[in-house]
Amino acid sequence: MSEEQTKNLEDQFEARIARDEKIEPKDWMPEKYRQTHIRQMSQHAHSEIVGMLPEGNWITRAPSLRRKVALLAKVQDEAGHGLYLYSATETLGISREEMYEQLHTGKAKYSSIFNYPTITWADMGAIGWLVDGAAIINQVPLCNTSYGPYARAMIRVCKEESFHQRQGYEIMMKLANGTTEQREMAQDALNRWWWPSLMMLGPTDAESVHTEQSMKWKLKRKSNDDLRQQFIDQTVPQADLIGLTIPDPDLKWNEERGSYDFGEIDWDEFWQVVKGHGPMNKERMKARVGAWERGEWVRDAAMAHAEKKQEQKEKQAV
Amino acid sequence: MKNENLYNYILGIADNSLILGQRLGELCGHGPTLETDIACTNISLDLFGQVRSYFQYAAKIADDNRTEDDIAMLRKEREYKNVLLVEQPNTNFAYTIARQFLFDIYHLAFLSELEKSKDLTLSAIAKKCIKEVRYHERFSSDWIKRLGDGTEESKQKMQEAIDGLWTYTDELFHQTEADKIMVKQGTGVDVTKLKDAYYSSVSDVLKEANIQMPESKYFQKGGKDGIHTEHLGYLLSELQYMQRTYPNMEW
Amino acid sequence: MSDKKNWPLWEIFVRSKNGLEHRHCGSLHASDSEMALENARDVYTRRNEGVSIWVVESKNITASNPEHNGELFEPAQDKVYRHPTFYDLPDEVKHM
Repeated sequence: MSEEQTKNLEDQFEARIARDEKIEPKDWMPEKYRQTHIRQMSQHAHSEIVGMLPEGNWITRAPSLRRKVALLAKVQDEAGHGLYLYSATETLGISREEMYEQLHTGKAKYSSIFNYPTITWADMGAIGWLVDGAAIINQVPLCNTSYGPYARAMIRVCKEESFHQRQGYEIMMKLANGTTEQREMAQDALNRWWWPSLMMLGPTDAESVHTEQSMKWKLKRKSNDDLRQQFIDQTVPQADLIGLTIPDPDLKWNEERGSYDFGEIDWDEFWQVVKGHGPMNKERMKARVGAWERGEWVRDAAMAHAEKKQEQKEKQAV
Repeated sequence: MKNENLYNYILGIADNSLILGQRLGELCGHGPTLETDIACTNISLDLFGQVRSYFQYAAKIADDNRTEDDIAMLRKEREYKNVLLVEQPNTNFAYTIARQFLFDIYHLAFLSELEKSKDLTLSAIAKKCIKEVRYHERFSSDWIKRLGDGTEESKQKMQEAIDGLWTYTDELFHQTEADKIMVKQGTGVDVTKLKDAYYSSVSDVLKEANIQMPESKYFQKGGKDGIHTEHLGYLLSELQYMQRTYPNMEW
Repeated sequence: MSDKKNWPLWEIFVRSKNGLEHRHCGSLHASDSEMALENARDVYTRRNEGVSIWVVESKNITASNPEHNGELFEPAQDKVYRHPTFYDLPDEVKHM
């Protein structure tokens, strides 16, 4: 294909997206579109399955049967969401095994928030309320993204996730209305998860790469800073409602902007965790790689069994 | 307590689901594939759902202000009545599947009888559970065959797991005093009558899976009377952690 | 990892209730069709979404090539006589 032809195809492609048409797996697409989507979608999938670990950590210790089934169902949903997203990414010509390989070797990233430890039960509340809250803000616009399989996966994810944040907030509410000890537990969790949740919405616009292209492809609809502001504005009243204090002395309602002003985020901490030096990076990877390696003989056995069965079937047919 | 026998009988049934559900819950996020992870979690969720029905009923019978959670989480080790089989650890995926399979075959037969109980609540619970357990049995039997008749390595691991857990199978058919009274009243299931069919079903699947049926005749029992293996204590310390550390609170 | 056979990909179709068609709802991995059905049940009908499942190994699906969309689908665009609105009837004929 000549350069001119490619340029022509690219222009048509961009025009289709601008017209809100969806791109489907077999359609022609620029290589950069394919690669960007593989990166973002697999990163999203990785975040779901690594995200199972900090919460999975409390399944056996959930304080009541009701909380236990809710948490189990939630963590299971995350496995499901990882699965939807891996499947959607596979339509771009990469296998799940290749994506795992990228995750396990550190080549692929996942959301940094999951590199923080869950040390009390209240962390289950804080994660559901804050982390899922921030995730929803990120994800809802993706239901409309340009790549069809991604958009469809996100519609399913968002529909299922609607209970996750409520589940978390309910845990927090119960703690906040409980004994002094429980209230302190809730406040402590909010203190530890607040700033990482703000960081979760990504580096400031000034430092963010790929944004313009991503906007065009509808991988992103709003800038990181806008999303962050949206998250803060929606979360502060929720904290007020249950009598918890956002751990930011600079947090103040700005009448003029109609938004909250907030304090400086510690970006050094953010980059440290992104680069692999958060409190739990190594443990999270060890858990993922360990599960994958321990499962190898199981996957091989199932495959060998299926082949034997197939052979038998063919023999019988002869 | 007015109906202590019935109360104890329900606990005997429910504790099996509770402890097995807890064991499966440990695996969530650590399975061999995402698909199997989701499947095992579904089984765990089914079991905890059953547990809640049983304990809510038990709490009603006890009528002493205890909740389902008090019953589930605030008993001492000797007061848990589950069979030893379900408390065995997730040594590897073969053990997880073998434990599930050896329990599912029993569980299915048990619920089919419990469905006929004169106690209408128990009968209703059994009716609901049996559909879930039919699927568990299908899932675990299929995996027994895959692993038994898969690779050399998987066959060996599966055989090892079946051999290792075999000693806990006979206890399933051991009758406690509470059992006997319940059977006499038409409420409970006579588990001794389930034994032959059980070993025959197990044998069918193992044969198809190319797994040797163990010949050992030495069996362990005690779980139903609260005498457990050392594994249970650790499981309970996690299960009970919050309720013990923060007593009398709502969550 | 090179000569290793991984679980193949399956496309999953779920009928949400009798009377409706099976709809494609996503895909998953399984070593054989039985497992694909079970996995589909566990993954795609957790919230009561189905009464029937079809699984098809992805490699068995033949798909049309979007590059041929012109010749495949555009010729149908001007065949307006296939649609009821093509025909002029007096207003007095209400439902036809």
